[in-house]
Order: sequence, then structure tokens, then C-alpha cells
Amino acid sequence: MSGVVGNKRPAGRPGVRGDVVLEVTGLCVDYGFSEDAVHGVVDATLTLRRGEVLGLAGESGSGKSTLAYAITRLLRAPGVITAGDVRFHGQDGDYDLLAADGETMRQLRWSQLAVVFQSAMNALNPVLTVGSQLTDVLKAHRPDLDRHARRDRAAELLGLVGITSDRLSSFPHELSGGMRQRVMIAMALALEPEVLIMDEPTTALDVVTQREILEELVGLRDRLGFAVLFITHDLSLLIELADTIAVMYAGRVVEYAPATALFRSPRHPYTAGLLNSFPSLHGKRVAMTGIPGSPPDLRHVPAGCPFNPRCRHALDVCRREAPTLLELPSAGRRAASCWLQTEGYIPPEALALPEPTHAGARIVARTGALAADLRNSDPQDPQIEAAGSAL
Amino acid sequence: MPTLIRRLMFYAVTAFVAISMNFFLPHMMPGNPVQAMLAAAGPSLDHRAVAALQAQFGVGTGQSLMSQYWSYWINLLHGDLGISISHSPDTVTTVIGSSLWWTVVLVGTATVLSFIIGTLVGTIVGWRRGSVLDQVLPTATFFQAIPYFFLATVFLYFFAEQLHWFPADFKGYDTNNYVIGWNPGFIGSAVQHAILPALTIVVSSVAGWIVGMRNMMVTTMDEDYVLVAQAKGLPNRRVIYYAARNAVLPSISGFANALSFVVAGSLLTELVFSYPGLGNLLLSAVTNVDYPLIQGIFLIITFAVLAANLLADTVYVLLDPRTRQEA
Repeated sequence: MSGVVGNKRPAGRPGVRGDVVLEVTGLCVDYGFSEDAVHGVVDATLTLRRGEVLGLAGESGSGKSTLAYAITRLLRAPGVITAGDVRFHGQDGDYDLLAADGETMRQLRWSQLAVVFQSAMNALNPVLTVGSQLTDVLKAHRPDLDRHARRDRAAELLGLVGITSDRLSSFPHELSGGMRQRVMIAMALALEPEVLIMDEPTTALDVVTQREILEELVGLRDRLGFAVLFITHDLSLLIELADTIAVMYAGRVVEYAPATALFRSPRHPYTAGLLNSFPSLHGKRVAMTGIPGSPPDLRHVPAGCPFNPRCRHALDVCRREAPTLLELPSAGRRAASCWLQTEGYIPPEALALPEPTHAGARIVARTGALAADLRNSDPQDPQIEAAGSAL
Repeated sequence: MPTLIRRLMFYAVTAFVAISMNFFLPHMMPGNPVQAMLAAAGPSLDHRAVAALQAQFGVGTGQSLMSQYWSYWINLLHGDLGISISHSPDTVTTVIGSSLWWTVVLVGTATVLSFIIGTLVGTIVGWRRGSVLDQVLPTATFFQAIPYFFLATVFLYFFAEQLHWFPADFKGYDTNNYVIGWNPGFIGSAVQHAILPALTIVVSSVAGWIVGMRNMMVTTMDEDYVLVAQAKGLPNRRVIYYAARNAVLPSISGFANALSFVVAGSLLTELVFSYPGLGNLLLSAVTNVDYPLIQGIFLIITFAVLAANLLADTVYVLLDPRTRQEA
């Protein structure tokens, strides 16, 4: 199936791994209008590079999905984008996604920006066959393909995610949850997009299926070179999967850092709290502390830093004034939105740990159930070896 | 397809029960139906008709109820429904046969048109929810809310009497110049006479389809697969199809219901437009106490309801793959 790679890319300057492909600057999304409006996303800034997996982590209601829908302009009423800028740097030119007209947007969708939605159960149309849902994408975006070619391509795509082509004539209800999610991933890759946005793609699946699908995803990413914006509430999963992680809280990006650096040396107390909420498989036993309290109601976000009522290190200034996302000194690119990291304040020891030196190493820090699965899988798996050496 | 075979068996049982009821009900009524009919028909009734009636209702023949029931089935299977009192000496089958097609063509076409127009309009209104198109709803509902006979009379007055767009003589066709048959003159005349009654049926019933379809569209559009269709960058037409294909399913059963009422005739339409259909026939059968004819019409209506439901089941299975699963 390696014939898929690159053979249908439009001619143009080749995508260089590491180039910026998606740039989100100061994006704000409100639900509703006027004073009653709920600020779903506040001043979000993200950069996605070619071939990179950017993880977006946060609790329910922290604005992760809203951000993803805003980027693709798929927000449903009453969601409105009130400020910001989203730029897509494609191989055939740069696009201002928020200003693009309907037809430009329609053409960009899926061919450049594909989305894998949260619930595979509901993302497939129950009355249409898998085949027709795969081919209609091709029909809409690749008018040069005839019926036969579309069918072949659909079969090829299913093969890509390990599903036999006789499933083309199946209806969604005849597939298992894992297969439906694979179909969705196959569908997302149909046009070889530059960017794949995955909104909690494995949340509804058991850990074994989750693992299989993520491994396939990583393999496909390595072969096809697309960038992934991976949204999940599971920070431990991101630490393993993502190159860079952005942590969201109450609609704001509170920390942004390379995955390893974020794991080893969190700079925001919320990130540190999240990291303390799941056990490490190796090393010393430490008491799980978690984060006291619960996420804020977005209609009544606390004054100052929205995290201050739950923060152990909160200062007076945190209750008065909201901090801004500041670049921090680091080997990679990292930033945090916390007064403690601002000049003139001294962060506590836990938020000032040194960054790891060999930043390339992957870290495996998964929950117990997945660990069992890990041990059962191929011992030659390079990821696990890397994990062993890193820990 | 086992699902369909199960349904077919269900329909066979239902038909059996309905046909039996159709036999037993007049026999269980107090009094003597033949006396009642003879009184209504007066002395003009043919003596053969009287004999046939007595045979049919088992009055004065000394036959047991079960043997009558048996011969009722035998006659029925031969298409023999007896002789109509009010149309004597014509048989019930002939009388119904001559009215049935008027009704089926007029009300049937109007019902199908109403469903198609209503569903299409409902799809678009639902898709463009919140736009100026929402005004279609109160307008359509208004025409459904005003009493039908009033609406029909107003239409008749304006379009036929005043504007002369349609013929104002009502017999279903121009009885003076054409004979019933497959000739262009008759068909043209019949169509001309059918447009106005059909229009009133469509106008008065289309709101139901619009409202039903619009509401289902609004619900369906919140489904993830519609969002996916949009995210896939499909043309709008295809996205609407994604939603409408699912939203139409509940309307299908409603449509089957409507179809089964086609044969019962639209009594008011046929009265206002003096249309020679089954509704008018049923009314005259009731006023003339023509039991064999009433029974015959009821039987036809029963079959129509069953057939329409069977059709709906079949179409539903074709449209919704989830119903094809083995239980």
C-alpha cells in the first residue's frame, strides 16, 4: 500500500518537514452574543508544523473541541469566532481560513484539513454504505477519477487501516466501534491532507483497540507525512504520542511545550497537577495528589487567573490579574501562562525542574491496563525500547 | 428476505380477520338488514335482487351462519360481492369498479404530489432554519387550518366560476362530448376536471408534510454525520442529502397512512366537486342503506390499508438498512 504516498500531490514546492503548516493566532470563540456570551476559547495561539503531532489536552469544557471546530469553521450556532487569525500554509499557497469564501473553504476541507470526529458511532451516516461514504469524498474533490478508480481507491484506503475491501458494501451498524473509527481514519486520509485534526478519536474505544489505532496512526503519519492536531483529555496518551503539547484550561492555552519537556518539567501548576493525576509505571511510588476542586463554569470564570481557586501556589496577583502566555527560556519552544513564571516571581521547586537533556527520547507513562497490553506486544517495538532507555 | 415474509404473514392474518368481521358485523346487528333495505329501496326493487339479498344475508333461507360464512368466502374468492341495492341490477363489483379509478387517480395523485412537494419544501425550510423561508410554515398551516369545504368552495368560486380557468361543470369529465375510455378527448377532459380538486387536496394537506420533514431535518442536522459531510467538503446538495435521507424515514410511515386513505376517498372533495369517486359512492350507499355496497366498499378500503402498509414496510426496509437485520 506504499504506492499511496505522495502520488496524488499537486505539483508545487515540496512540503518540508518542520515548516509551519497551520498557524492559529489569538483565536477567540464565544457561544452566544452580548453580555451573556460564554467565552469558549480565549486568545488561543498554536503553531502546527509539517509532520508534527500537536497534542491539545484539557478537561471537558476546556475548549479543545471548540478550538478544533473554529479552525475548520465548522462551529455550530450559537458558536461565533469573535477574534483571531487562522492561516493555512498549503503547498499551493497560503490561505486565511477565517476570511476564505464558502467555495474555497469547501475545497480546502478534507483535501487539506481532514477531521476525525469524537464519536465514530455517530460520525458515519447509518443509511449509506461505507463504500459510498468513502467515494463521495473522492467524487467531490477528485472529479477526474471515474467510478472504477474511486472504488479502487476506497478499497486501498480501507486496506491502509487493515480492513478488507468486502466491507465497502457494509453499513456502519454492521461494523464494530474500532472498525468504524478505522473507517473514519481511512476516510480522513482519502485525499492525503496536510493536516489531520483528531477530536478524541479513541475515547469510546477500549485500550487495546485504542493502542492498535494509535500505532497505525503513527505509522501512517511517518509514511504520509501529515501533521496531526490530536485532541484528548488524556494527557498521559499525549506524552507518548505527541511531539508538542498544548494544555488548555477554561478556554485558554495555559502551557505549550515539547512533550518530553512538559512531562519532565511542567511550568504551569495545572499541568503539574494533571501529571500528578496518573501513575508512572516505573520509578518511585509517589502519592497521587490530583487537582482539588473542579473546572470553572465558563459563565462565571474566576477573576484573575482562572486556575487560581484550585492552585496551591496562588498569589495575590493571581486573583487580581490574568497572566499572559509568555515564552520561557528553553531548548525547544515553550510557553506558559502563569504569574509564577513571570519575571520578578520565584516559582516553587516543582515548577522549576530542569528540562530533560536528551529531548528526543519518547516516554511511556501509561495507565495500568494499557501497560499490560504493552508488555504483551512485540518486544522489538522501537517505541517500547526507547521508553525503556528513557526511564 | 425473512423480515418481509414475517410481515406478509402478519398481513394475511389481518386480512382474514378483517374479511371475517366484514361478514359477521351485519349478521350480528339487531333487526333484519333485508327488511331495512327493502323499506329504503321501496317497491321498485327487482325480485331477483330481493332473492339475492335474502341469500346473501341468510334471511329466510334456513342456512346456518357457518355455511353462510363459507359461501361468503367462496363468493369472495370469485370476486362476487353480491348485487347492489341502489344500483340494481348491477353487481357491487361493477359499481365499485367504475368509481374506484376516479378516486384512485384523483386522490392518489394529489396525495403523492402533496407528499413530494411537502417533503422537498420541508427539507429546504429545515436546512435554511431561521431564514425568511420559515414563513412558509404559517402560510401552509393556515391553508390546512381553514375548514376544507370552505377552502374548496372558495377555490371553486374563484378559479372556475370567476376566472374560468377550470370547467365549472362537475361530473369528473365532460359527459356531453366524451365517452369513458382510452381516447385523448376523455383523458384531456378528465385531467382538466381533476386539477382543481387535486389542487385543493394538495394545498390543504401539504402543511403536515412540510412541518414533519422540517422538524426531522432540524433534528438530523445536529447529527455528527451531517457535520462530517460538511467537514468532508461535500457540495451542499450532497450534505442536504445526507440529512434528508435520514430525516425522511418517519415521513414514510405517515405517507403509507395517507395512501391507505386514498381509496376511502376524500369525501368532502368529491362532494364539493361532484366527483364520481368512491367517497360519493359510500355516502350514497349509506343513505340508501345499500348493505352489499357498504360491505364491498369497506372490504376494498381494508385491502387498500393493508396494501399501503405492506408497501410502506417494503420501502422502509429498502431505505433503512438497520431494519434488515435479523431479529
